[in-house]
Amino acid sequence: MQTKRTIFGNKGLPYLLLAPQLAITAIFFLWPAGQAVRQSFLREDAFGLSTTFVGLRNYRALFDNPEYLDALQVTVIFSIATVILSLSIALIMALAVDRMLRSAGTYTTLLIWPYAVAPAVAGILWWFIFNPAIGILPFVLEQTLGYDWNHNLTGRDAMILVIIAAVWKQISYNFLFFLAGLQSIPTSLREAAAIDGAGPFKRFWTITLPLLSPTTFFLLVVNVVFTLFDTFAIIDATTGGGPAQATNILVYKVYDDGFVGLNLGSSAAQSVILMMIVMVLTFIQFRYVERKVTY
Amino acid sequence: MVENQRWLDIFAHVILILGVATVAFPVYIAVIASTHTSAAFMSGTIPLLPSTHAPASYGDVLAGGVAAQMSVPISLMLFNSMIMALLIATGKIVISIISAFAIVYFRFPFRVLAFWLIFITLMLPVEVRIVPTFAVIADLGMLNSYAGLTVPLMASATATFLFRQVFLTIPDEMMEAARIDGAGPMKFFRDILLPLSQTNIAALFVILFIYGWNQYLWPLLITTDSGYYTIVAGIKRMADVVESEPLWNYIMAVTVLAMLPPVAVVIFMQRLFVKGLVDSEK
Repeated sequence: MQTKRTIFGNKGLPYLLLAPQLAITAIFFLWPAGQAVRQSFLREDAFGLSTTFVGLRNYRALFDNPEYLDALQVTVIFSIATVILSLSIALIMALAVDRMLRSAGTYTTLLIWPYAVAPAVAGILWWFIFNPAIGILPFVLEQTLGYDWNHNLTGRDAMILVIIAAVWKQISYNFLFFLAGLQSIPTSLREAAAIDGAGPFKRFWTITLPLLSPTTFFLLVVNVVFTLFDTFAIIDATTGGGPAQATNILVYKVYDDGFVGLNLGSSAAQSVILMMIVMVLTFIQFRYVERKVTY
Repeated sequence: MVENQRWLDIFAHVILILGVATVAFPVYIAVIASTHTSAAFMSGTIPLLPSTHAPASYGDVLAGGVAAQMSVPISLMLFNSMIMALLIATGKIVISIISAFAIVYFRFPFRVLAFWLIFITLMLPVEVRIVPTFAVIADLGMLNSYAGLTVPLMASATATFLFRQVFLTIPDEMMEAARIDGAGPMKFFRDILLPLSQTNIAALFVILFIYGWNQYLWPLLITTDSGYYTIVAGIKRMADVVESEPLWNYIMAVTVLAMLPPVAVVIFMQRLFVKGLVDSEK
């Protein structure tokens, strides 16, 4: 690992400097993670009086449990929909802003501020707009399509609601990175293609999109992490996983089973599975970053 | 722009205006709702035009005592959120910058191990290990305290890596010159490294402030004493009131207050914000 050509010779000082970071890491990250792993192999009785070692039974029980498989499916649908929508809308916005000369700055400011809105707050905002009794959008849906919107009763409506809130929250972030990516593409490439007779759409498909692929891939990973974990607040502030588990994503189920259901063994096993998912995603992200540095 | 295509420009403007309007729509509705009285939400649909009761809505929530679940003054929650955001941002930066200093400017046994231990924190988001982490906080007696709200969130692999990158780009000659002049490590850190990383610190501070302000799950679990409620976590507790009474004007007033500080930071410090965002993802 890289250091400086010359270094300071002190023996104790570096440990002292690292101590706060490592102490917090050990107490609040590693120890709890270790506990989760340990707990996932144990079964505790209802009063917490005795624990027995049950091996992989907690894990096996999970994959036999239709509720868990449901949550898995809900998570996949939610993630894919949110990622695709937020990436494509952000890309369209970034392409449009990239064309602007004088108004680019203004549009950028007007598009990026939702980054600062907490996911929970974003959830509440859309929850209000979609309120089945007085909300404005259910009213419009009723008048135009005759659709009776009710996210408190219909699972699909609840899912659409949390997807909209998550997409709304995430567009600003994706937009910024797409715009930066677009601006780093040399104009000469696009000019050359234009001289050769390629129209705007042909240029987009053959030049812009391929050159944006590192940005897109990076955003893909970041967005998957966002939909898997940071959306907890959106779910909790709006649907609470309901109706009938229709929006119960994996990370919400860990919380629900652990704190509400008090099923510690199962919750711990779910934690461990999620940790493994994050590890894989982090690994992919860092491998990609390494590649970007060399090329 | 490569060539002049009028229709494409017009099309782009239309798309952008639609996008900006969609992005602003929910916040517009929230602001409008906060200017009405509760009676406006009894029936019909949400009002789309402002009314004149904004001072009453905001005054009431800031002072507290609107309804049983809203008895905590929002001004107190805003204060708690501010403390939490500032402590988390400052703590993360201080802890990370000294760790990065140790990793880059010293060579000592277990240096690589320390680096990997810090790296691991990236893979353990709080939502994933929430139950055992809560148990640790409870055992340490840190529930309902500012320390419990902030200290567990202060470890930061991202910030440490960022400062490591910054330090690696600082020429070696700087340090050699400082050593020849007789500067010790801490003097070098204070008089050379800190001033050189000023912009990075400021940019990171903006991002971390927003991160700290927007914390939800952690404060929700750690605070049961209403004196420590933060505004983002508090909203949820209030929204539950709506099932019984349509106090939407108050809830939307709180929502607007909850997003005002971080949104103001993004708009007024846009340059630093963008730099911080891009830097911290490298």
